[in-house]
Amino acid sequence: MGEVIVITSGKGGVGKTTTTANLGTGLCLLGKKVALLDTDIGLRNLDVVMGLENRIVYDLVDVVEGVCRIKQALIKDKRYDGLYLLPAAQTRDKNSVTPNQMLKLCDDLREEFDYIIVDCPAGIEQGFKNAIAGADRAIVITTPEVSAVRDADRIIGLLEANEIRKPLLLINRVRPVMVKKGDMMSIEDIIDILAIDLIGVVPDDENIIISTNRGEPAVTEDKSLAGQAYRNVAKRIMGEEVPLIDLSGQDGFLAKVKKLFGFRSA
Amino acid sequence: MFDLFSRLTRRRTSKDVAKERLKLVLIHDRANVSPQFLEMVKGEIIKVIQHYMEIDEDALDIQITKTESEDGEGIVPALVASIPIRGVKNSGK
Repeated sequence: MGEVIVITSGKGGVGKTTTTANLGTGLCLLGKKVALLDTDIGLRNLDVVMGLENRIVYDLVDVVEGVCRIKQALIKDKRYDGLYLLPAAQTRDKNSVTPNQMLKLCDDLREEFDYIIVDCPAGIEQGFKNAIAGADRAIVITTPEVSAVRDADRIIGLLEANEIRKPLLLINRVRPVMVKKGDMMSIEDIIDILAIDLIGVVPDDENIIISTNRGEPAVTEDKSLAGQAYRNVAKRIMGEEVPLIDLSGQDGFLAKVKKLFGFRSA
Repeated sequence: MFDLFSRLTRRRTSKDVAKERLKLVLIHDRANVSPQFLEMVKGEIIKVIQHYMEIDEDALDIQITKTESEDGEGIVPALVASIPIRGVKNSGK
């Protein structure tokens, strides 16, 4: 029986879709059979982030409405064995699906897959309710910004109210140099405020933009620091204990020069 | 000693400001602090205090704001109530 994990955040633009793509691919690289589920009906994007946009025939709404079977709608990612995408419908809206239908869909996918990673839309309305309906676990994404952390707090409250206990936190786009200068909230600051367990920290990394341009998740790139962070999160999802990457060595060029001349960059 | 010095001279960084603002806004969000909520709290406080003293109910003011923390670690959220006393009951003790 597979596990359904919803990737959610409340606020838009913090990296839900990127995280879904990278964690799903990461779990697949670890030998698991994974289905990625885009529930952002009307604003689908997981297909382009995965580079599978040209292969869509049927979508999630088609499956729910019985237009096709699940197997017909699932797009097999030919690059990674065992990775599938169920795209969202683009010309419908969030009310085309009910939480009960989502629950049934997740239960059906459980039979076939080890992990079902659900990409949740931004917001707390119908789309959110649909996305969490079949979830066993939730990963809440935030960035070190006041607005994102505030929305994450709201989402954590709503998840717990919906019986999804112990959501895990993923802090995205951390910039170690700014944290060091005191111009960005640290991992400790954010955990202190949100009071939930951490599943990972992903540094701000240009490779994410480059890999999204190409439609290839950064998790497959050895050199990408964000990719490495996502590989670690995938292992933690499977229960392995992996320490956080040491980001303190990621100082910019200027910081290195300052250090050389004895300036304290702290 | 050095630690104390660096603490006293430490400037308030933008992340400190972010944390303080977040803490306050989350108190409001989590408690769903609406005017109705504060009215409910106010009503309960009046009930309790009236057992002991006479207060000016109309002038009672209650709000969530921020204050310097006891340990001097920074600004923390606080529930501040201003309750004018009209007289203390002589309960014949």
